[in-house]
Amino acid sequence: MDTLKSPEVVLSVKNMIKDFPIGQSNNKKNLMRAVNDVSFDLCKGEALAIVGESGSGKSTGARILTRIYDKTGGDITFKGQPLEEFVKEHGTLEYARQVQMIFQDPFGSLNPVHSIFHHIARPLLIHKRGNKETVEKLVYELLELVGLFPAVETAEKYPHELSGGQRQRVAIARALAVDPEVILADEPISMLDVSVRLGILNLMADLKDKHGISFMYITHDIATARYFAEKTAVMYVGHMVEWGSSDKVTQTPQHPYTQLLLSAVPEAGRSGRRELGAKKGEIPMWKPDTKGCPFSARCPRALDCCSESFPEVTQVADDHFIRCHNI
Amino acid sequence: MNNSITSDANAPVPHHESEFRQKCRAAWMKTKAFFHGNPPAIIGGFLMTVILLGALFAPVLSTHNPDKRVARPHEAPSADHILGSTRNGRDVFSQVLQGARKTLSVALFAGIIATVIAVSVGVTSGYFGGKIDEWMNFATNVFLVFPQLPLLIVLAAFLGQVSSIVIAVLLGVTSWPWGARVIRSQTLAIRSKEFIISAEVMGESKVRIILVEILPNLISIVFGGFLGTVIYAMGAEAALGFLGLGDATEVSWGSMLYWAQVSSSLYTGAWWEMLVPAIALALTGGALALINMSIDQVSNPKLKTGPHLKLWKKLNKEANKRRGLV
Repeated sequence: MDTLKSPEVVLSVKNMIKDFPIGQSNNKKNLMRAVNDVSFDLCKGEALAIVGESGSGKSTGARILTRIYDKTGGDITFKGQPLEEFVKEHGTLEYARQVQMIFQDPFGSLNPVHSIFHHIARPLLIHKRGNKETVEKLVYELLELVGLFPAVETAEKYPHELSGGQRQRVAIARALAVDPEVILADEPISMLDVSVRLGILNLMADLKDKHGISFMYITHDIATARYFAEKTAVMYVGHMVEWGSSDKVTQTPQHPYTQLLLSAVPEAGRSGRRELGAKKGEIPMWKPDTKGCPFSARCPRALDCCSESFPEVTQVADDHFIRCHNI
Repeated sequence: MNNSITSDANAPVPHHESEFRQKCRAAWMKTKAFFHGNPPAIIGGFLMTVILLGALFAPVLSTHNPDKRVARPHEAPSADHILGSTRNGRDVFSQVLQGARKTLSVALFAGIIATVIAVSVGVTSGYFGGKIDEWMNFATNVFLVFPQLPLLIVLAAFLGQVSSIVIAVLLGVTSWPWGARVIRSQTLAIRSKEFIISAEVMGESKVRIILVEILPNLISIVFGGFLGTVIYAMGAEAALGFLGLGDATEVSWGSMLYWAQVSSSLYTGAWWEMLVPAIALALTGGALALINMSIDQVSNPKLKTGPHLKLWKKLNKEANKRRGLV
C-alpha cells in the first residue's frame, strides 16, 4: 500500500490491528477492535499528526508502538527491520532509547515524590549516557534546551512547584534525555492553557527541524496539526479515513468526516451559531466482524454500499488519500 | 557546579553552613510543621515518648527486682512500693516497667513482620496483576477470613506455653492481610498513573519501579498500617498472656494480667495489681492510635483539624450570621 511515502522512513506501520477483550458471554470472548487496518510511515525529521475524536484509537496506536500493548495483527517495521527482530537483536532497552513518549497529562506523568533532577537523570543513567559526575551537567543542559531557566533551581524543584507548561517541558526533556529518533506525543498540549500551547508546539518544531527527531503528534485539534505536522492522518473509530500532506487534508478535505472536523473548529471571527451538517448517529462499537464504513451512520452522503463494506484506498491527489465510497 | 549552587545569592541558607547542619535544620522544620496545629500528634507523641523512655530505662527506673519477692502479698501502694505489690510479693511498678519492654518489643516485632509481608504481597500483586495477582489475592482472602484470635489461641495452645518470640512471629504472620489489601488497591491506583508507564517506556527495571517510583508514594499508608498492626499485636499479646497461653514466667503486661486474675486480686480488693497493667495497655494503645490519626491528617489533608479548620469554622459562623441563617 503506498501510504505516506518519503525518502527516509524510520518507523513504518502496515495494516495494524488491535483487539481488546471486553468480557465474556456464551463462553465466547467478546472483542473490541480499537485499531483496524491502520498503515502509515514516520519519516526522519518529519511530524505525522493523527487527528480524531476521543476513542478513535489514536493513543492505542501510540502505545502499541512503545510496546506497552501488543498488536493483534499487522506489521511494524523499525529502521527497515520488523519490530520483533529489532528488539531481539538490539534488546528492549535500545528500542526504548530510540522511541520515546510524551503523555497527555503533565500532572500525572511526573512522580510527585521525586525532584525534577531525578526525572531527567534516571533516563541518562539507565541508558548510560552519563555517569555520576557528568549527569549533573547533562541534566542542566537538557533543562536549558527545553527552555527551563534557571536550570539549577528548576532541577531542585518538585513537580507540584511547577506550572502545567513547565511540567510538560520537563516531560519533553525527559524524553529527549535518551537522544531518541522518534517521539510519540500523545496529546501533549490538550491539557495546557491555550496561552502556553504555542510555546510547547514551537519547542517540538525546533527539536524536529534541528535535531531530526520524528514526531507522531496525536491531537484532537486539526488546526494545530496543520501548524506543526507535515503529514496528517484522520482517524475515526480505529480506521484511517483520510491522510496525506497536512495542507491538502486541511485545505481540501475530501472525506465527510474530515469536513465535519474542520467545521467544528471555532473561529475567532465567526459569530452566531452554525450547524455542523451531520446526522446525530451513534458512534459504533467496532467488533472484528462489524461490516461497512464506521462513519456511515452519521454521514450526510452515505450510500447503500456504505454499510456493507469498508471502502478501498483512493488517491484523490498527489500525496492525498481517502477511504470513501462517495467521493 | 556544586559551587554555583551554594554561592547563589538567592539561596535561603548562608553558604558557610555545612551540609549536615542544613539537613538537620530541614528535618527540624519538618518535625515542627508536623506537630504544628496537630493536637493528636502532640498528645500521642508525648505519651509515646514517656512510655518508650520508661521501657528503655526500666533497669534504672525500677525500684526493686521485678522477679524477686520484695514485699508482703498485696501490699497497697506506698512510698516504698509506689504501685503496690502483687499476690506473690513482686513490686508492681518495677514489673510494669519491665513488662513494657517485653510487650512493646513483641508488638513492634510482630508489626514489622506483618508490614514486611503486607508490603511485599500488596505491591507485588498490585503491580504485576494477572495470574500473580489472582493467586496472591486468593491467599490474602484465605488469611483474611480466618478468625485471627481463635486461630492464635489454637496455635499457642497447640505449641504449649510459648516464649514471646514465637508469639511475635505468630502475630506477624497472621495479621498482614488487612494491610496487604489496602496497599494492593493503592498500588493499583498508582500503577496506572502515567509516571509509571513513562518509567516503563524509558526502560526502568521492574524492581526499581516498585522500590523507587511506587513505594515512596505509599509511605504514609504503610506507616499507618504498621501502627495499626502494632496496636492489634499488643492487644493480642496481652490477650494470649491473660489466657495463660504465653510464658507466664516472663514479665509482660499480659502475664501480669494473668497473675492478677489467678490471684483474684479484684475480689480481694487489690485493684492495683489488675488496673496498672490494664491502664498501661490502654494508654499505649491510645497513644499509638493518636499518632496514627495525626499521620492520616498528613497523608489525607481532608481530615485536617487544627488552626485552619478552627479559623474556617469561625468564618463560616460569621458568614452564616450575616446571611441570617442562625
